[in-house]
Amino acid sequence: MRNLKLIIQREYLARVRNKTFIIMTFLSPLILVGMFALIAYLSMLNSSEQRIIGLFDETEMFASEFKDQEQVQYLDLSGKTFEEAKQMVNEQDYYGLIYIPENINNDLEGVQFFGKESPGLGTIQAIEKTIADRLTREELIERGIDVNQLNEAKTEVRIEIQNFSGERTSKMSNYIKMFFGGAAGYLLMMFIIIYGNMVMRSVIEEKTNRIIEIIVSSVKPIQLMMGKVLGTSLAGITQFTIWVVLAGVLAMTSFYVLGIDIFTVQKSQLETVEQIAQPEIAQLVMDVLNLPILKLIIFFLIYFIGGYFLYSSIYAAIGAAVDSETDTQQFMFPVILPLMLGIYVGFFSVIENPHGTVSTIFSMVPLTSPIVMLMRIPFGVPWWELAISVALLIITNFIVIWIAAKIYRVGILMYGKKASYKELFKWLKY
Amino acid sequence: MENLLVAENIYKQFGNFTALNNVSIAIPRGSIFGLLGPNGAGKTTLLRIINQITMPDKGRVYLDGKPLHPNDIAHIGYLPEERGLYKSMKVGEQALYLARLKGLSKAEAKERLEYWFKKLQIEGWWDKKIQELSKGMAQKVQFIITVLHRPKLLIFDEPFSGFDPVNAGLIKNEILQLKEEGATILFSTHRMESVEELCDYMALIHLSNKLLDGKVSEIKREYKSNTYEVGLESENDTALLAELKEKFVIGNTNFKSINDDLKLTIQLKEGETPNQLLDYLLGKARINHFVEVIPSVNDIFIKTVTQHA
Repeated sequence: MRNLKLIIQREYLARVRNKTFIIMTFLSPLILVGMFALIAYLSMLNSSEQRIIGLFDETEMFASEFKDQEQVQYLDLSGKTFEEAKQMVNEQDYYGLIYIPENINNDLEGVQFFGKESPGLGTIQAIEKTIADRLTREELIERGIDVNQLNEAKTEVRIEIQNFSGERTSKMSNYIKMFFGGAAGYLLMMFIIIYGNMVMRSVIEEKTNRIIEIIVSSVKPIQLMMGKVLGTSLAGITQFTIWVVLAGVLAMTSFYVLGIDIFTVQKSQLETVEQIAQPEIAQLVMDVLNLPILKLIIFFLIYFIGGYFLYSSIYAAIGAAVDSETDTQQFMFPVILPLMLGIYVGFFSVIENPHGTVSTIFSMVPLTSPIVMLMRIPFGVPWWELAISVALLIITNFIVIWIAAKIYRVGILMYGKKASYKELFKWLKY
Repeated sequence: MENLLVAENIYKQFGNFTALNNVSIAIPRGSIFGLLGPNGAGKTTLLRIINQITMPDKGRVYLDGKPLHPNDIAHIGYLPEERGLYKSMKVGEQALYLARLKGLSKAEAKERLEYWFKKLQIEGWWDKKIQELSKGMAQKVQFIITVLHRPKLLIFDEPFSGFDPVNAGLIKNEILQLKEEGATILFSTHRMESVEELCDYMALIHLSNKLLDGKVSEIKREYKSNTYEVGLESENDTALLAELKEKFVIGNTNFKSINDDLKLTIQLKEGETPNQLLDYLLGKARINHFVEVIPSVNDIFIKTVTQHA
């Protein structure tokens, strides 16, 4: 135990003192923020572009319907001939020209859009809707229906989803659950890959440095392996904690800096938005608070520990089996595969049907369960399922660590041999 | 207890390859024991078994008369053939770490390290990183780590490889001094001259089998062939040579001499003594040189290994 502590301490310090670790810890949040800022800036550039669309309306009904908007300005060219209008749009570099024929009917046949490039889906839909609305109104009046009465009669339906234990949910809360579950699962995967690789590199380093035989004459190989896995995980937790603190500080400052901006500019819009948005924001806050947050945190830790140990002991065995990092390729694929599978099942199957067969099975299989189960937990998973999943994970951990330790024990003393799967299988019997 | 370490009938197989086949050795307390063998003979496997890095399939190892226990690592110092250190860790830091893994307390380890650093004249290296040192320099650090916890049994696998003659001499003296202080030393090598120089006992392993073991002097006695090297001065060398060839098995040899001697090896038949040979030679020539031919460890090694090839 004393030696295990010494090893953990050394491994932890070796990771944390590494320059790359320090740089990545402080740089990657900056890169992330910078990336978001860049995306935001670019999309702002994109949307601030002013478009002019010409309108050639033979019916002369729609000119008043097409109202100028922030990004789109409509120009009525109905006074000219069609050829003149087309030419003008072309020469002035307008975005396009809408052509509405005289004998337009209900299915909008004959309406055409001329443009240099094919217009975005949103633009087309907006144009179609504008024309269709007007036509519908005409049609209603023609059939003797009072439009105002009709509008009054329209009701808004919002389905309230309620589960049997009485927790209320809404469609919005489903998105929130997806977000929290997905983020947790994705974080776990990243953590496993990054820190698993660190464990592997550190094993390879000891092997190529030839210090390994000096160390294993003092400690048992499994002690060294577990010390390495534990020490590296502590380094990971340290990095994660620093990120959480940094994110908190960053969020606070950015709210402070941007806050003033938002409130002064959008005051006029805010008032109109407020009435509609308030119940939804309230609902959002309620939904977040209604999430089984404590359960999610506890199981994040359980699955993090279980999943990380499972994978990093495999990584350690791989590191022991090879002589250099370039030889690891053939073993990496089978490790990455279940992780990717977990993420895909999580993002497609769990979101579609959190308690379906596929989701349930993958949240039980130990190689994918840490990711998939984490994504399912916000949707409510019965305790017995969690118990089975965790139990399977623990049992698998014991088996995998046992196998990995055997491969590790033999592999660390094998120099200059490129191990194949067949070879690894033989090592188990040494 | 006569022997510090006894390995009994060690058998180890890797897959279909037998690395050690019923090998037994016994290392007397306070001696230097040389483990010889060509590359791939199984020496390192045996050392790893003694260090409990690998477990034997059959056989047992006893230290001080008791079966080897995991805690015994504190009594063994092992300098492996494949040895290295952490590249990016400071010398002092990792020496401290490795010493503490052997069971020393931090303060104790530090004190002894300072003593050894001074002794081997490397005081200034404490804060250096291994990547700044040469291979020979790193070897000194490894040597210190091996002996630091004052183990009863020291195991050196090719201790002199990588050292320049000056430092090899320095390390050799340290090894002899450790023996003086009561340590038992097992060392594995295929450099025969160091066995000749240092070892009291030896064992020869070849193709996973032990071919030979015992006291170096006894082995040599066993391998000598009742042959003597002589330098004779006579008036008629050709006549003398012809006469001798009739009575004995004669071979040519060479040694340093200021005289213009006839240099020969003379092998006696079983039961004949050197005195009889001297008697015979006395009347025939002036005897300037008369030495018994004792086989070198190198000769024994080559002879034994080629016999079993």
